[in-house]
Amino acid sequence: MTRQPDDPCAVKVSNVIKQFGRFAALRGVSAEFDQGRFHAILGDNGAGKTTLLRTLAGLAQPTQGSISIFGKPPREACREIGYMAHPSLLYDEMSGMENLRYFAGLYGLESDEGCREVIQAVGLDPALTRGVGQYSQGMRQRMSLARAILHDPKLLFLDEPFSNVDIHSARDMVGLLKRMRDAGKTIFVVTHQALLLEGVADEFVWMQAGQIVDRTETVNRGSVQ
Amino acid sequence: MSSLWDVTLATLVKDIRLEWRSKDALNSMLFFSLLVVVIFSFSFDPNAEESRQIAGGLVWVAFLFATVVALNQTWARELRNQVLDAYRVSPASPNGLFLAKALGNFLFVSLLEAVMTPLFIVFYNLRALGPAWQLIPVGILGTWALVVNGTFFAALSLRTRSREIMLPLLLFPISIPAIQGMVEATRILLAGDGSARFWIVLLLTYDVVFTTASLALFGTILHAE
Repeated sequence: MTRQPDDPCAVKVSNVIKQFGRFAALRGVSAEFDQGRFHAILGDNGAGKTTLLRTLAGLAQPTQGSISIFGKPPREACREIGYMAHPSLLYDEMSGMENLRYFAGLYGLESDEGCREVIQAVGLDPALTRGVGQYSQGMRQRMSLARAILHDPKLLFLDEPFSNVDIHSARDMVGLLKRMRDAGKTIFVVTHQALLLEGVADEFVWMQAGQIVDRTETVNRGSVQ
Repeated sequence: MSSLWDVTLATLVKDIRLEWRSKDALNSMLFFSLLVVVIFSFSFDPNAEESRQIAGGLVWVAFLFATVVALNQTWARELRNQVLDAYRVSPASPNGLFLAKALGNFLFVSLLEAVMTPLFIVFYNLRALGPAWQLIPVGILGTWALVVNGTFFAALSLRTRSREIMLPLLLFPISIPAIQGMVEATRILLAGDGSARFWIVLLLTYDVVFTTASLALFGTILHAE
């Protein structure tokens, strides 16, 4: 399936089931998500939010069903995907700049300037020489976000980017994500801090027991899209 | 996209940097091998001729066990903070990661061999009666045989619950032909018992076969859940 040039759909999920042994973490999820929009994924612990995000990012294979990212399977679209997990996905013993320089190399990016720019964009100092393991939790989260946006992906999957981050830093991160959305990026954020995204997210996707049970335009579930 | 060589080099440099800062693998290997040399030298009191007969076995068994220690460390650092996921979502070739890990392990084990070999010579009063220079290709081919299989099986056992136990269980049986080649070639060269050509060719063949097989299968291993 190839994407039509005027197709607004960035992500298409068709009847996706994901099982871990006998436990089904996703139970027949079907949805389409438009490009250039900010989607907040909400739900209780164990609702399947992280599994959905990992499946969309190509890190987990659906047991059944299919996923299309800009008309391609997730792994083929990996250049368009930025992924931030709950753990930092960074080497503790290396500085932020060293980490980003390494990951930039995986995407064929040579320039240190690009690494410096994204570090500054998340509000950190590229000249910091201490290992990421010695950063505060908030700084690690920001650096993790810097790694995810390093290669300027069209699509961002962020898993709990604001957890353990102070309110000011979290608002800064939300501001950065809003600017990225305004620049045309499609953003998915799994979070328990839905209020932070009120007025910023275009859509709140509610999950429960491995299914999408509602999609609303505001954080209040009474409001229908 | 980055070439295989660029990714391999970037990952190798990163691994050397991490090992230089933590010294996890090198310290563990060194102390382990040192213990083997000292304990064996107290346990046995061979004369020069007996030493030539048994030294090959002792040396390679010590290096084999030390290699397992290094192999566990090399992948363990990719599991901390789930950094491996950052590689998996990138467009970089899986074989770039495999080659970098295998070359890194080769480097660390070679370093260990360079330090430990003089100690073996002193403790066991060794002097080669055969063409000693042939110990160099035996060392290189034998070490590569250990690390290429070891890197592959360490990756295979990465997500198992007791990977420290799983690795030797998988690695040792499949390494038997290579170990026999290393031990026999070393014994022949030390004792001057004819030509080690057959065993060197066996080691070369083993290396080619298992390097090819590992490269062909590593992508599946990396992206497996």
